[in-house]
Amino acid sequence: MSVAVLLVILLGLSAFYLGHARAVRTVGGAHSIRRLHSLPAYYGWYLALWVILPAGAVLLLWGLFQETALTAWITASLPAQQQALPAAELGLLINDIRNLAAGNITAGQVTPEIQAAAAQLQQWQQTATLARIAVILALTSLIGSLAWRAIQPEMRARNRVEWIVQALLILSSSIAVLTTVGIVLSVLFESIRFFHKIPITDFLFGLDWSPQTALRSDQVGASGAFGAIPLLAGTLLISGVAMLVAVPIGLMSAIYLSEYAHPRLRQVAKPVLEVLAGVPTVVYGFFAALTLAPLLRGLGESLGLEVASESALAAGLVMGVMIIPFISSLSDDVISAVPQALRDASFGLGATRSETIRQVVLPAALPGIMGGVLLAVSRAIGETMIVVMAAGLSAKLTANPLEAVTTVTVQIVTLLVGDQEFDSAKTLAAFALGLLLFVITLALNIVALKIVRRYREHYE
Amino acid sequence: MPEIQSASGDAQLADESFRTIGKTYVDQPRMTASQVNVYYGDKQAICDVSLGIARNEVIAMIGPSGCGKSTFLRCLNRMNDTIAGCRVSGTIRLDQQDIYDKRLDVVPLRARVGMVFQKPNPFPKSIYDNVAYGPRIHGLARKGVELDEVVETSLRRAGLWTEVKDRLAAPGTGLSGGQQQRLCIARTIAVSPEVILMDEPCSALDPIATARIEELLVELRKNYTIAVVTHSMQQAARISQRTAYFHLGHLIEVGETTRIFTNPQHKLTEDYITGRFG
Ligand SMILES: Nc1ncnc2c1ncn2[C@@H]1O[C@H](COP(=O)(O)OP(=O)(O)OP(=O)(O)O)[C@@H](O)[C@H]1O
Ligand SMILES: [Mg+2]
Repeated sequence: MSVAVLLVILLGLSAFYLGHARAVRTVGGAHSIRRLHSLPAYYGWYLALWVILPAGAVLLLWGLFQETALTAWITASLPAQQQALPAAELGLLINDIRNLAAGNITAGQVTPEIQAAAAQLQQWQQTATLARIAVILALTSLIGSLAWRAIQPEMRARNRVEWIVQALLILSSSIAVLTTVGIVLSVLFESIRFFHKIPITDFLFGLDWSPQTALRSDQVGASGAFGAIPLLAGTLLISGVAMLVAVPIGLMSAIYLSEYAHPRLRQVAKPVLEVLAGVPTVVYGFFAALTLAPLLRGLGESLGLEVASESALAAGLVMGVMIIPFISSLSDDVISAVPQALRDASFGLGATRSETIRQVVLPAALPGIMGGVLLAVSRAIGETMIVVMAAGLSAKLTANPLEAVTTVTVQIVTLLVGDQEFDSAKTLAAFALGLLLFVITLALNIVALKIVRRYREHYE
Repeated sequence: MPEIQSASGDAQLADESFRTIGKTYVDQPRMTASQVNVYYGDKQAICDVSLGIARNEVIAMIGPSGCGKSTFLRCLNRMNDTIAGCRVSGTIRLDQQDIYDKRLDVVPLRARVGMVFQKPNPFPKSIYDNVAYGPRIHGLARKGVELDEVVETSLRRAGLWTEVKDRLAAPGTGLSGGQQQRLCIARTIAVSPEVILMDEPCSALDPIATARIEELLVELRKNYTIAVVTHSMQQAARISQRTAYFHLGHLIEVGETTRIFTNPQHKLTEDYITGRFG
């Protein structure tokens, strides 16, 4: 591996100098480089890119497929009786051969056949390494010499290099987009598999969630109900509590910071508030579970209320605190962006500061604030750690924040933690929940953008 | 220069030449500024300006850019309070009352001394709400017919009624620049101020819109006292009774508009109005 990578780097470097030198030579020396279409370095880059990119592609593809191919060959070379082994045992055997070839300790017994296969594999691996270097050299010298010949004074090296760079940029951004699409598609397909087992209407409208499916047919106490409504209700309950905390506090602190606070105070307070956003959510989680929940319970007892030890209230309150900086920071930016001319106009009519804020600044900033709030909601819905630790696991359909509820994210976690059968309805349900979560957050974001746009037209 | 030269040296001379020429105070003042100095941080923007503004007059303030016209105008309704680091000394009276008095509440003051800004700045609300804003916050009219009436008369007086009467619910920001400026004027007169301050109200407007606003000023003078900052000397000559010429924070000369334009006493004034400067 490392030899080949080093080789590619060296080839690239020498290509740069060769291209540079050839460009200078074609016009007869450094004093007349103005006759070149582009600066000599661009010719160097041009040649280097034409060497590095194909060689890099070979490296990458080779790395991806070498092991698969070698494993297939080595399996084929095994005696027929071993090839006939069940898949799991065959895998173990192949692993042993690999380990032996790499000089590691093997798990099973080393039989002569395995020994022979390992020797064979080792030999193939060496050949493959050499072959890779040979292919890289051949390919680069072929493409490189073509590109080298193309270097002429009138060749537009600068434009071509920039074209290649642009192509690389497009490639990078499409990787990001494609990954997203890939994840969404895989979630979608797994969900479809789930909906073959459980009808989608049962999932979306079912009022009962107890995903313990029977592994054996004689098992008891495993109903396997997959109604998502209790989870959605729990999610909404906790997010609702969180927004009740975060929106007023976040908004008011934003108003204070942007309209009333001395600039110097603002300079200090804003970063401090944003530190809140940097606290890992797991810290909020154990704060909610270990500090706030017992406190609420005690408080409830003294008031004669029954508070569960894991309650939606505790999780929601802490999640709200977590979201405050999100809302206050976004709103502060939006409020500060309201033109001073509007404030002056209001003051000039004899309005007080608070009238100005309520009647001019906030309405003008509303679309941005709404957008921020909706983004915060989608964050609250997707938040996992706090609810895992503080909200509990019981899928109860309730609107009482003093009871324990569970959320979509918590259930995804519990469904996938531990040993799983990857095609049981229980595991596939996690994908369906993931899809549901994705659709909800996507819808929220779209609505947020729509509102922002509608109001913007109205207000400008 | 028609200056009384002092014998005490050049430094003195420079100061002397900035002493205001003309009659600064008036007989029936609505507002009187005496020895006003304004500082932005360490920088002095207004030096020792005294000026009276008479009832029912239009006074024009002219002068080269950066001479402090806007700054002085903003002192008259304490809009400078909103600028961090701005300091005002001296006294400014509105009907004998010191507006910089610590006990005075600036909110009702600004309702009495309204302001129209250089750039039209309608609220992002409907045309109706723009005009109704002031009356609402001051409780000047009851909701419904009474408020409708205030809105209509204000828009009529600003010469905008016929153009917008069918779309009072449309956003004020959707109007043209000239209409927006008239909307801002309507908004200001809706609170029935005693004095209206206008900072280059026509600088963003075409000649037709400018002409409408000038007509409006002549009309408004019957009921209001108006101070207008303008860069157009023709405009000052058309609309004002008195003109004040500012230069580098000093009030150089003040007097009857016709006198200032036909017979300026100070060299700087003369240079400015004959176009040799600024
Ligand atoms: N907010 C401020 N902070 C600091 N200095 C200011 C501020 N506003 C104005 N100044 C300074 O005060 C002086 C007077 O400014 P002002 O805006 O009053 O001029 P002006 O006569 O209205 O000019 P223009 O005709 O260009 O509008 C200028 O030198 C300006 O740089
Ligand atoms: Mg100005």
